[in-house]
Amino acid sequence: MATNSLAWKIGGEAGSGIKVTGEMWARLCHHLGLNVYGYTEYPSLIRGGHNTYHVFADEHPIKSTTERVELLVALNKETIDLHISEMSPGGIILYDGEQFEIDEAEYNVSFVSFFSVPIKRLAIEAAEMDLMKNTVALGASCALVKVDEAVLNAVIEKIFSRKGEKVVALNQKAAKAGFEYVRNHWDKEYEYSLVGRESEPSLLLTGNEALSLGALAAGIDYYGAYPMTPASSVLDFMAAYGPQHGVVVRQTEDEIAAINTAIGASLGGVRAMTGTSGGGFSLMVEALGMAGIVETPLVVLESQRPGPSTGLPTWGGQDDLRFVLHASQGEFPRVVLAPGDPEECFYETANAFNLADQYQLPVIILSDKFLSESIAMTPEFDNEKVTIDRGKWATDHELNGPERFKRYLDTEDGISSRPLPGKEGGVFLANSDEHDEFGYSREESSTRNQQNNKRLRKLEHVKQALPVPRVYGPLSAEVTLICWGSVKGPALDSLALLMKTGIKANVLHLVYVSPFPSEYVAKIMQTSKTTIVVENNVTAQCAGLIREMTGEKADHLIGKSDGRPFTPEEIMREVNNVLK
Amino acid sequence: MSEQKTTINDFATDLKPTWCPGCGDFSIWLALRQALVKLGYQPHQVMMVFGIGCSGNMCNFVNAYGVHALHGRTLPTAMGLRMANHDMPVVVIGGDGDGYGEGGNHFIHTLRANPNITYIVHNNQVYGLTTGQTSPTSDLHAKSKTNPTGVIDEPINPLALAIAAGGSYVARGFSGDIPGLTQQIINGIQFRGMAFIDVFQPCVTFNKVNTYQYFRERVYNLEEAGHDASDKQAAFNKALEHEGKLPIGVFYEKERPVYEYSFPQIEEKTLVEQSHAYKKGERDLDTIIQEFR
Repeated sequence: MATNSLAWKIGGEAGSGIKVTGEMWARLCHHLGLNVYGYTEYPSLIRGGHNTYHVFADEHPIKSTTERVELLVALNKETIDLHISEMSPGGIILYDGEQFEIDEAEYNVSFVSFFSVPIKRLAIEAAEMDLMKNTVALGASCALVKVDEAVLNAVIEKIFSRKGEKVVALNQKAAKAGFEYVRNHWDKEYEYSLVGRESEPSLLLTGNEALSLGALAAGIDYYGAYPMTPASSVLDFMAAYGPQHGVVVRQTEDEIAAINTAIGASLGGVRAMTGTSGGGFSLMVEALGMAGIVETPLVVLESQRPGPSTGLPTWGGQDDLRFVLHASQGEFPRVVLAPGDPEECFYETANAFNLADQYQLPVIILSDKFLSESIAMTPEFDNEKVTIDRGKWATDHELNGPERFKRYLDTEDGISSRPLPGKEGGVFLANSDEHDEFGYSREESSTRNQQNNKRLRKLEHVKQALPVPRVYGPLSAEVTLICWGSVKGPALDSLALLMKTGIKANVLHLVYVSPFPSEYVAKIMQTSKTTIVVENNVTAQCAGLIREMTGEKADHLIGKSDGRPFTPEEIMREVNNVLK
Repeated sequence: MSEQKTTINDFATDLKPTWCPGCGDFSIWLALRQALVKLGYQPHQVMMVFGIGCSGNMCNFVNAYGVHALHGRTLPTAMGLRMANHDMPVVVIGGDGDGYGEGGNHFIHTLRANPNITYIVHNNQVYGLTTGQTSPTSDLHAKSKTNPTGVIDEPINPLALAIAAGGSYVARGFSGDIPGLTQQIINGIQFRGMAFIDVFQPCVTFNKVNTYQYFRERVYNLEEAGHDASDKQAAFNKALEHEGKLPIGVFYEKERPVYEYSFPQIEEKTLVEQSHAYKKGERDLDTIIQEFR
């Protein structure tokens, strides 16, 4: 417990550098060879309000955050007030007693130590900058958990080297000040420590970063989007790194333009993607159907935050499953996939581009704030595992036949070959109206049936091509937790905790939710002793989908809608509750 | 490649236009095809984007690569097409409801971006396809099904709006003058940047006020009147003229950087050429991934 298992948290006002500091601590733990998960909470404003960054580091694999805190860096009193209840026995609260006074007795906790470090004074003395408080706090944290100063210096150099030697040197000075202050002033026992260890090479990154890398590996050519939390960081990433890899990126005037530019680019023959959250996706809905009826490939990221309406802009949830499954008028095929961790974000995004091209339909990637913005340890990406399949393109032979080329030819698998616009012999109309095989507007019942059936037929074929869901943990268990998307992490991490309470459980995680893997899930539902669907909404959206698609009813439901992620501890408690 | 010169028939499909007899859309359809022939294009070399409305129904009558976009969304669709392939000319056809109502936001922002497209708006000051409702360009107090006692809203001034939004080529045509309109479309396609042409296009069925006769009595040619199209202030003044005489021709013309020509990554080859040449692993992502190790 005490060595190499530490939950560290920093809290303070928005705008005081919480996120950068949290990420630095996470990178330090990663540098030590530990497994790391970093989760941030912040309000929808730029200055003021309460921000936190929670970093859980452990030598055992972890895929989620935890409710514990062993070292709390409180940049203001509010942080102590709000988070003292999370402190583990023997934990330390590090605060700047020169900046705000606290009355330890007020908190009435005997098992936590308060330790005042003059963070601000040290920052100004060492680096003449108030901003360096955070780095001072990192130095102090290192000293408390007995991490060598050199490790922090190496991490600082890696993170700030792009900003120049001066920035590196200033940060290292500030870190040293914090480190030495603790060395000279902390004389009590602190049972938590971090020790470096050998580990496999890995990455520490967010779901959005992994997803963006997956899109780049897949050969994305165009990304058009309008900023919206928690999808904005994909637009930022693409704008920063896309151009050097040939990608054109446009911040459009609104989400409607974003998706329509992507449709235009895709019709022009390139790999196009757009991304947003639920509100922006609401604006994109009509165009989603456009992509469906003109059968143009399109990848859309919908990173969920709790709605309805503007909702909780900087928080997370899984409220939009039903929405994306049914969004847009009419019936048309679509694929919806919900990666569970950054690794799946990378590979499944690459696959999304293939599915879109192969089946000429919109593919929606359903993420959420927890997956999009939390950093998690991820195995190195293997480009060899990425395939590129651009689907059926019309050959010269097809285009130069005796009869006019039919873009929407009624085929057995519903997929017709597409000509690259500009090619002689390939003229067609991508028509938002119902149309004939050339694309021209037709309203006859026979044409309508032919084209609508052709489009929907693609679903049967895409369903066969999708990977089946995975079961994690023991094959035979008393309890099967069923989840989708980002709940994968806390669900997996809850298994060991459940075992401690005497419950042997496993996890069925769904990545592909549409078309639904009905046969596979039905089998699991029928053979599992007790099934519990765990999802971050309160209308049992996935549980309802399972019942609709398999006829099977889950035994229990665990849901919530407070904008916070599930923790493994919470799942453990809730499972015990429902089984009572 | 065909040796023979194309004709306007090559740019027509086998489908018979569905517009009312006398509709101004016929004239724009003809002028467009004449312009494409005169510019030496073949049908497969041109990308057309159509809006929703009577004007957009032209999608079925023009033989060229085409998109019949969503209502109001022609311009973002055209932007996407140009980013994918900046070697293919893109001509956009839409109506006043489509472009100034439903797509008003895109109108402003696409003018700002200035992609190399030609945008022709069939402005008949009424909703035709939905049988006679008020449009954003309907005259003040004009009566319609949806405003039986007359429109309260000030009509949009598309030309003044376009100039204010940074339009680099802002013109107005009249569907009653097919040779003039043909030349305007040629000039528009040849212009490097977004050429916007608002066309007075009488609706013979639902607009009994703004008729051919109405426009014939009022239109006059800007060039003949000695208007200096490089003078933005003068262009504004002309755009604001709407009582009595109605100017047609180029209000404002000034080249400025084109959106899709401003990306170094597609200077050598179009995006679509690069896209189809891409092989997995070609992008060395290691420099990015290094930051996450």
